[in-house]
Amino acid sequence: MNAPPATLLVASLGGYVLGAVAGVSFLRREKLANVCSFGAASLSALSGLLAGLIFLADGSGTPSLRSELLPALNPYIRFTVRLDPLGAFFLLIISLLAFALSAYSLGYVKGFFGRKNVGVLGAFFNALLLATTLVFVADNIWLFLIAWEIMALTAYCLVSFEHEHAEARDAGVLYFIMSHIDAGCIILGFLLLFQASGDYSFDSLHGLGAKLSPGKRDAAFVLFLVGFGIKAGIVPLHIWLPAAHPVAPSNVSALLSGAIIKTGIYGLTRVLFDFLGTPPLWWGVAVLAVGTLSAVLGVLYALMEHDLKRLLAYHSIENIGIILMGLGAALMFLHSGHPVLATLALIAGLYHTINHATFKGLLFLGAGAVLQATHTRNMEEMGGLIKRMPQTAFFFLIGAVAISALPPLNGFVSEWLTYQALLQGFGTTESLWRLVFPLSGAMLALTGALAAACFVKAFGITFLAQPRSEHAAQAHEVAPAMRLGMAVLTAACVLLGLFPTVLVRLMDPLTQQLTGQQLSTQLSLADGLVLTSLTEKTGTISTLGIVLMLVCLLPIPLALWLVLARGTKTRIGPTWDCGLRGLTPQMEYTATGFSKPIRMIFKALFQPRRDVQREYDFSPYFAKKLRFESHVEEVFVQRMYRPLRILILRVSRRVRALQAGSIHAYLLYIFVTLLLLLLFAL
Amino acid sequence: MKPFLLIVMQTALLLLLAPLLSGLMKKWKARLQNRRGPRLWQPYFDLLKFLRKDMVISEHASWIFSVTPYVLFLTAVSAGLMVPMVTAHAPLSLFGGALGVVGLMALGRFFLALGGLDPASAFGGMGSSREMTLSAIAEPAMMLAIFTVAITAGSTNLSQIVLASQGPGWKFLDPSHALAFAAMFIVLLAETGRIPVDNPATHLELTMIHEAMLLEYSGRYLALLEWGASVKQLVLMTLVANIFFPVGLAANTTPASIGFGLIYFVAKLTGIAGAVVLVETTNAKLRLFRVPDLLSTAFILATLALVSTFLFR
Repeated sequence: MNAPPATLLVASLGGYVLGAVAGVSFLRREKLANVCSFGAASLSALSGLLAGLIFLADGSGTPSLRSELLPALNPYIRFTVRLDPLGAFFLLIISLLAFALSAYSLGYVKGFFGRKNVGVLGAFFNALLLATTLVFVADNIWLFLIAWEIMALTAYCLVSFEHEHAEARDAGVLYFIMSHIDAGCIILGFLLLFQASGDYSFDSLHGLGAKLSPGKRDAAFVLFLVGFGIKAGIVPLHIWLPAAHPVAPSNVSALLSGAIIKTGIYGLTRVLFDFLGTPPLWWGVAVLAVGTLSAVLGVLYALMEHDLKRLLAYHSIENIGIILMGLGAALMFLHSGHPVLATLALIAGLYHTINHATFKGLLFLGAGAVLQATHTRNMEEMGGLIKRMPQTAFFFLIGAVAISALPPLNGFVSEWLTYQALLQGFGTTESLWRLVFPLSGAMLALTGALAAACFVKAFGITFLAQPRSEHAAQAHEVAPAMRLGMAVLTAACVLLGLFPTVLVRLMDPLTQQLTGQQLSTQLSLADGLVLTSLTEKTGTISTLGIVLMLVCLLPIPLALWLVLARGTKTRIGPTWDCGLRGLTPQMEYTATGFSKPIRMIFKALFQPRRDVQREYDFSPYFAKKLRFESHVEEVFVQRMYRPLRILILRVSRRVRALQAGSIHAYLLYIFVTLLLLLLFAL
Repeated sequence: MKPFLLIVMQTALLLLLAPLLSGLMKKWKARLQNRRGPRLWQPYFDLLKFLRKDMVISEHASWIFSVTPYVLFLTAVSAGLMVPMVTAHAPLSLFGGALGVVGLMALGRFFLALGGLDPASAFGGMGSSREMTLSAIAEPAMMLAIFTVAITAGSTNLSQIVLASQGPGWKFLDPSHALAFAAMFIVLLAETGRIPVDNPATHLELTMIHEAMLLEYSGRYLALLEWGASVKQLVLMTLVANIFFPVGLAANTTPASIGFGLIYFVAKLTGIAGAVVLVETTNAKLRLFRVPDLLSTAFILATLALVSTFLFR
């Protein structure tokens, strides 16, 4: 208890409480509320970050740290938090993100002054951080579920924060419904576990799978996969995510996409690797398949978006898919008895988890800055922002390169690890299942390349070329606090990309806890400058080496110019306009146009609807007026959720007859119920 | 000092051989079409000319436009240093194997596509859009083909793959490698912008892909981009030549073995260049929306390659 990480953790939790209280107490003084609540949040986040770092850096020898937050109500309901390696790793993720977000919020929230109540936003923001941190460090089922529910409710309130827009209200309701389905599944799953353990503490659940019958174990797996899967946003349970994340204030969007959906990953990791024991084959296959499906469909739907924040939300689905590919492969390796490879796959998945938190947080913050400067989320009305907001543009570019899994940044490293785990998985089994690994690797390649296409579009259309609207032409760089928040995450993306072996070393205690292996010495070569996939033979990568190589080669073109191109002049001129009288922004390529080839190639999936109206005088080739509309609806909404909704409405209309308002009927119901219960008791 | 010398040698080889390869292919293509064609050395003269020219930069362009030529050029050369060319040990293969090469090329492409969008011209946007789409469709086939070889060799490190091929148990072009080679060859056509995917000789705005992105570049930036593109072509061809036909690579660094390695390397390269030229002359360019069919053929071939590693074991 007296160890520094535990003290820092409790301090961090307390800080969030203070921040929330400050937000509520200064409802009418918005400047004070802003400084107090977001200031408290950033300090608490820093303290949490240190707690996680110190705990993980101490190595695998340190025992889990426990502390009691409140006196227990009864022997079952205890408010105990525990810092163990897995929890500490996720604490690190959320605290890193929360620190950057709180700094950003100090500037960002000024946009709400006089319009919305900043105190309320600050209070909910702190409460959400508190609940999410508690989810990661909860020591028993009770505290976990309470924190889980507070997290869902505060997130709901933040999603519908701008409730004067119908879009935000609808998204909030959808989020509310989906998060309660997931809470229901998780409660059922934990009840199954509780039956076997007879105790609520997480310690008693460790390795419980052996005590459960196979049927119950599978049932628990399905319940947790659905429950945590909804929270993580896996396809096809994802529909709330692209609705809810974009409508929230951008600092909250970043938190939702960067950390809150990771609670689903945390839950799955905790349950699958800590509680349920050696998995049967189909669990791993199911998780890998769900991951692959989410990755490919997530990025394909992202490409169809021209709403900047919705595009980013769909990319969260893609990245959750990539994380699950790592976890699914790890489960398959555990099944086939290859703990070392399983650890490699687990490291790949969890490395991508922290990476996604940094670059997605960064991109949402960039989108928020753009939104504040241009007052629109529609990319078709942006353009040319790189000249008006140079620093935001730079940060967004770093995020775009990272998320597109391009070297030398962090997205590349974790996807490289995933590829390596999948490739080596081919040799783990003689059965036909081995083909699953390279095929999902190929889908990962497709995902990566499509993500690059999508971020060329997102960055190119938003920041490059000419401004497409008056708003974009008059945009200004955002407040320094906002840029600081983005700079923190940019630095994280670069550092996690260039020094992967450092993070792998921090993950040693975590893998020791979950699979009993430590790979940091095996994975690093040449004093940690080179990352290997288990041995030097199977594959090596050095992002730092790549950067050095690029820098060392730079003198070649420079020298050539000094020798040959001396005395040449550079002139600024207009872009070639085919002899017209200058280019207008209307002639630029649009976001919709950019993704047209993809829409055509995958039209069986997208089933795009288009509506073109032309007005012309003499020939259709010389249109006077043209109206074009193109619309893509998700196949899951069309085929799954809409019929389901119709079914539910129809059933509830029938059921309504039961509640007719007649007291006689109600008395009859009570009587029948009583009778049935008595029969049941017999 | 030895490894450093190897790096310098391979860099020089990449930079000097790349334009020659382009020239050779142009020459052969012209001959097959009963034209005389430009001189073999013409690409060098072009580069020198471009380097000495003044530049015009679009008024709408930002710093991305100026950074792009460097990124494309440097990533292509760096990728080349990870691929074994003449010696079995690529000088910098420790920094990244097959995945590193693919990643670096993707980085170059990412910036090139941004550079196409930057000057606000519709042609550039069109080129970027098409380039990113086709490369996305080509990527899974390429990865699967590389995986097939990597799995047999037990490594993604290109030098290790080449070394494994000289050990026992490696059958030269067994069914799976033959199928993977077919897939990789189609991908090579797409990635280097050759007919039937893209026409390197066209300047007809509506059909071009690669050229459309370069439309606003001039002077030394254009030189760097053209040079980078030809280095990229050389790297990809080397990759195909050396992982599917791993014969004659120098195992050590004695002058004699390097000399032999060089002869083998040039022979393999001209063989593949000849095949590409034959395909280019005997085929018409495909309609843009027919190209995905071709690339999915490549993907199916690569999948079959993978399945056959399983069947013919």
